[in-house]
Amino acid sequence: MTPQLSWYLALSAVLFTIGVVGVILKRNVISMFMCIELMLNAVNLTFVAFSSFFRDVQGQLFVFIVMTVAAAEAAVGLGIIIAIFRTRESLDVDDASTLKL
Amino acid sequence: MVDNNLLSLIIFAPLAGAAINWFIGRRLRNERFIGLVACGSVGISTILAFYFAFKSDGALRSVQPVMDHLWTWIQVGSFRADFGLAMDRLSGIYVLFITFVGLLIHIFATGYMHGDSGYYRFFAYLNLFMFAMLTLILGDNFLLMFVGWEGVGLCSYLLIGYYIDKEEAAPAAKKAFIANRVGDWGFVLGIMLIFFLTAAKGQASISFFDKPAQGVISALQIIGQMDPESFALGTLWAGGITSVAILLFIGATGKSAQIPLFVWLPDAMAGPTPVSALIHAATMVTAGVYMVVRCSAIFTHAPTAMFIVAIIGAATALFAATIGLAQNDIKKVLAYSTISQLGYMFMACGVGAFVAAIFHVMTHAFFKAQLFLGSGSVIHGMHHEQDMRRMGNLRKYMPITWLTMCAGWLAICGVPIWAGFFSKDEILWKVWSANTPGMPPGAAKALWFVGAVTALLTAVYMTRLMVMTFWGKERFGAGHSDEAHHQAEHDGHSPEASASHDPHTPHESPLSMTIPLIVLAVLSTVGGLVGVPYALSSLAGGHPENYFEEVLSPAVSHVRSPGAGENGEAEVHLLTPKPEPVDGKPALAPAPASEPAEAHDPHEISQERLLALISVMIALTGIGIGWFLFQRQPLMQMPRLLENKYYVDEVYDATVINPILVTSREGLWKFFDIGVIDGIIHTVGGAVVRFGQTIRYMQIGFVRGYAAIILAGALIIIGYFAYAGANVLKSFVR
Repeated sequence: MTPQLSWYLALSAVLFTIGVVGVILKRNVISMFMCIELMLNAVNLTFVAFSSFFRDVQGQLFVFIVMTVAAAEAAVGLGIIIAIFRTRESLDVDDASTLKL
Repeated sequence: MVDNNLLSLIIFAPLAGAAINWFIGRRLRNERFIGLVACGSVGISTILAFYFAFKSDGALRSVQPVMDHLWTWIQVGSFRADFGLAMDRLSGIYVLFITFVGLLIHIFATGYMHGDSGYYRFFAYLNLFMFAMLTLILGDNFLLMFVGWEGVGLCSYLLIGYYIDKEEAAPAAKKAFIANRVGDWGFVLGIMLIFFLTAAKGQASISFFDKPAQGVISALQIIGQMDPESFALGTLWAGGITSVAILLFIGATGKSAQIPLFVWLPDAMAGPTPVSALIHAATMVTAGVYMVVRCSAIFTHAPTAMFIVAIIGAATALFAATIGLAQNDIKKVLAYSTISQLGYMFMACGVGAFVAAIFHVMTHAFFKAQLFLGSGSVIHGMHHEQDMRRMGNLRKYMPITWLTMCAGWLAICGVPIWAGFFSKDEILWKVWSANTPGMPPGAAKALWFVGAVTALLTAVYMTRLMVMTFWGKERFGAGHSDEAHHQAEHDGHSPEASASHDPHTPHESPLSMTIPLIVLAVLSTVGGLVGVPYALSSLAGGHPENYFEEVLSPAVSHVRSPGAGENGEAEVHLLTPKPEPVDGKPALAPAPASEPAEAHDPHEISQERLLALISVMIALTGIGIGWFLFQRQPLMQMPRLLENKYYVDEVYDATVINPILVTSREGLWKFFDIGVIDGIIHTVGGAVVRFGQTIRYMQIGFVRGYAAIILAGALIIIGYFAYAGANVLKSFVR
C-alpha cells in the first residue's frame, strides 16, 4: 500500500490545526512559538507532497524559502522572548499586555 | 522725449535717506546725524527737481516730458506697465513744490521733534513718505502711480499713529487707512476699466504718455480720441468713460478727504504737526487733485462726472468751512480748512478749470504748510497745548510765528497780493464763467455762490483762529480750574522744556523752526504772482501773461465748449504731445487751441475784474466779522451742531460702522465662524472620535486575542474561496 497524496494532506491538516489551537490556547510563549513552527512545517509538508505528486520542483523551492523565513523568525522571536523574560521574569503572554487599553 | 537717468534720483534719494535713518540712525541715536540725512536727501531731490524743471530742455520749458525708463515691470503682449518716471509740466510743478515745501518741513521738524525718543523713526517715515509721494507724481502710468498712492497711504498711517502713547492716535491711523481703502477700491476699478476701454480700441494701455521706444500709446490719448459721452445719469454705470471718471474720483475723495470720505482727515491731526503740514495739508491730500487733473482727458469726456465732481467739491468746501468755524483745537480748524480748500480745488476741476485747481494746490501748499507749521510752532511754544481757548496774546511771546502766520492768514482769506487771492479768485471766476456741456443753466452761478459763501466763512474762521491765538487776553495763566492737572501732564511730557522755562510762559521757537516759517510766509505772500490773470495784470501794465496758466495749459485737456465747433477739433490731446514719427522732434505747436479761449473779450475782462473786487470785499468782510466778533468775545459759544461736526462721525458709526461691526461679530463670527465652520470641524472630529471609541475594544492587548482575530480573518477568507471554488466546480460538473 503506497502512501497516497491525501494521507500527506491529512497529516498536514492535522499538524496545522494542532499548531493553530496551540497558538490560541497556550499561554507559554515558548509553546506558542513551537506551535507557529509546527504550522509552518505543516505547510512545508503540503508543498513537498504536491511537489512529489505533480513532479514539479517548485514546491521544494518554496520549502526552502519557508525554512529560511522560519529560521529568521526564530532568531528574532527568541530574541524578543528573552527580552520579555528579562524585563518581566515571566513567559506568560497574558502578562505582556501593555498594549491593553 | 528727453531721457535722463538722473530723474530717478529724485525719488530714490529720500528712499536712501529713509533706509539710512532706519538702519543706521536707530543705532546712532544722534539727532544731528538723523536730521542731516533726512534733510540732505530731500535737499538732493529738491535741487534735482529744480534742475529738471528749469534747465533749457527741462520739463517746464519744453513741451516734451523728461522721462526715465528704469525697468520693465509687467509686459503681457503689447500691454506693458513700466517702472518709468516722467516729469512733464504738471508733474514738474507738483514735484517742485513737494520737494521744496517738503524740505522746509523737514528742517522745521528737526526742531519740532527735538528730544523725541522716536526721532530716527519719525524721519525714516517722513523720508519714506517723500519717496512714495514723488513716485506717485512722477510715475508714468496708472499702476506705478497706484504704488505711490498706496505708499503715501501707508506712510500717512504710520505717521498719524506715530505717538504710540497717545490714546487717539491708533484709532485715527486706522480710520485714515480704512477710509483710504474705500477710495482705493474705486481707483483700482477705474484703472481696470481704463485697461478694458483701451483694449477695446485695440491697444490696451494704462500709460500717461506715449513712449515710442517701448511701443506704448498713452491711454489718455486713446480715450481722448473717443467721442465724449453725453450728460445723463445712466452713463455713470454704463461702463464707459463716465464710469472711469467716477471711479477715479471715488479714489480721489478718499485720498483728498472729500464728502463722503473726509472724516479721516480731522482725526489725522493726532500725528505730529510737521506731518499734518506735509502730508495732510500740502502734499498727500492734493494727490487726488493731481490724479483728476492728470486724467483731465478722461474727465472732459465725461460731463456727468465733471458735474458730480463740481458739486461734491462745492458741498465739501461749504460743509467743512462751517465745521471749521466752531472748532477749538487749533489743528482741527486747519484740518477742516484744508478739506474746505480741497473742495475748492475739486470744484475748479469740475468746471474744467484744471489749471486754476493746480494753481490753488500750489498756493495752498505754501500758505497751509505755513499755517500748520505756525500752529506747530505755537503748540511747541505752549508746551503741547492745542486748545485755542487756553491761548491768547501770543504775539507778545512769539513775534516771528505771529508775523509769519499773518501772511498765511491773509493768503488763505484771499486778500490781494497774497497768494491765496489769485488762486481763489481764479477758481471763483472760472466757476462763474463755466460753460461745460450739459451743465444745467444756473448751476455755475449756484456753484459760485457756494464758493463765495465758503470764502466768507474761511475768512471768518481763520480770523477767529488768529484772534484767539495771538490777540486778546492771555488765557494760559493759572486761572483755570484744570490748569494744575494740565500742568502735571506737560511736565511729564517734556521735562527738558519745563526745566529751562517757566512752564506758564510760552516761548519763541528755535531758528530751525522759524526759518521755514519765514520762507513759507514769503512764498505765501508772493507765490501767487506767477499766476496773475490777464484781467488784473493788465490793470498794472507790466507783464500781461499769466505765466502759470501758460506753462500748465498744454499739459491738461480743455473742456469742449458747445459753441466752439471747429476749434473743438484740436483740443484734447495736448496731454502727451503727438510725436512726429520722422525724427522725434516735438511736433507740437505750443497750445494752439488755448489761444482763442484767451482772446481777451473786454466784456469778460470787466466781469472778471468785478468778480475779483467782490472776492476782495468778501474776504475783507469776513475778516471784519471775525475780528469784531472774536476780539470782543474770543470764547464765544459756537453752535453745538457745528462744534460736533454735524454728528457725521456718529451718523457713520450708526449707519455704516456699527452694522458692519454687528454683522461681523454676530453674523460672521458667532454664527458663521463658530457655528458653521467650527461646527463642521467639530462634527467631523467628534464622529471620528466616537467611531474610534467603538472599535477600540478590538484592541484587547492580549497576544492570543490577536491570534484569534487573525485566525478568524483567515477562516473567513478561506471560507470565501472554498465557497467560490465549490461554485466553480459545480459549473464544471454541469
